[in-house]
Amino acid sequence: MAAITTLEPMTRSTAEDAAALEFSAVVAAHRPQIFRFLLASTRDLDLAETLTQECFLKAHRNWASFRGESTAMTWLMRIAINLQKDHWRNRRMQFWRHTRTNSVDLDEAGEWLPSGESSAEQKVLAQERVAQVWKAVEGLSERQRTVFLLRFVEEQELSEIARATGLNEGTVKAHLSRALAKVRAELGGKR
Amino acid sequence: MSFNHEPASRQDASRQDDAEALDPELKSALADFRLSFHAFSDAAYARARMPLARAPRRGRVWRLVAGCALGCVLLAGSVSSGVYRHHRKEVGIAQAREAQHQRQLAADRASQQAREEEDLLAKVDSDIARQTPSAMEPLARLMSDDETR
Repeated sequence: MAAITTLEPMTRSTAEDAAALEFSAVVAAHRPQIFRFLLASTRDLDLAETLTQECFLKAHRNWASFRGESTAMTWLMRIAINLQKDHWRNRRMQFWRHTRTNSVDLDEAGEWLPSGESSAEQKVLAQERVAQVWKAVEGLSERQRTVFLLRFVEEQELSEIARATGLNEGTVKAHLSRALAKVRAELGGKR
Repeated sequence: MSFNHEPASRQDASRQDDAEALDPELKSALADFRLSFHAFSDAAYARARMPLARAPRRGRVWRLVAGCALGCVLLAGSVSSGVYRHHRKEVGIAQAREAQHQRQLAADRASQQAREEEDLLAKVDSDIARQTPSAMEPLARLMSDDETR
């Protein structure tokens, strides 16, 4: 009996260590992706970094309550979506209309195209197209933008997007369809 | 606790529906959009990590600065404490000298006063001796008068 009571704290500490290790692995695996999504959503490097930290802090606090019903990435993405929503709601600022002191320059982002085998002319054309997509994304509603970025930047499946956003798949499809229509129109208009 | 990492394949039915709905130009634009943003984000992420990696070094610098400041404060404290102690000692010596000087002055004054009193008494004594006649002087004068006669 005495042996059991002395072993109990040791078992608990081992379990805590294992959970901490598991969480560290999740952070290492998903942090760049969460940062990328928040950067695309906010277009603010500092804000994206801050929200990423908040996201993982929140995840750490609630790690014990994560049951693994969805993937860790979906769970983290849901936290990130809520954080960026809360941020803008609290600031009473409209998305992307704040002063762009720290904002990502669209042209700069477009210049990061992989060189590939394309000619200089094709590269310029591709950069223009990327800028047009960004412009179209800028005009999307908050939900359309979130769904669009999750689909075409994070390459998430519709079911994952539905779980991360808390919408049903049909609504996700509808938002995505409208977002694509706007992107297509922007690309078509410049043709 | 078990959790699923990202699925290896993303070729599900809904994705195929999407791909079919996208014309080649839109598909290509979206691919460029994704690739450029991935590259841009990776670079930004690496830049964001760099200050954190440098943070301990900055911490060391701050610790060094704080250590130097603390050392200066301690040095200044010990120096000022020494100076203060020295000053207190000097003041004590000066006060002792002053007290001794005052005592000396008082002693001089007292001895001078005593001398003056002695002189005065001597003067009084001598004055009284000159004015007061000797008790036998009239008789002596009479005796000398008789002898002459």
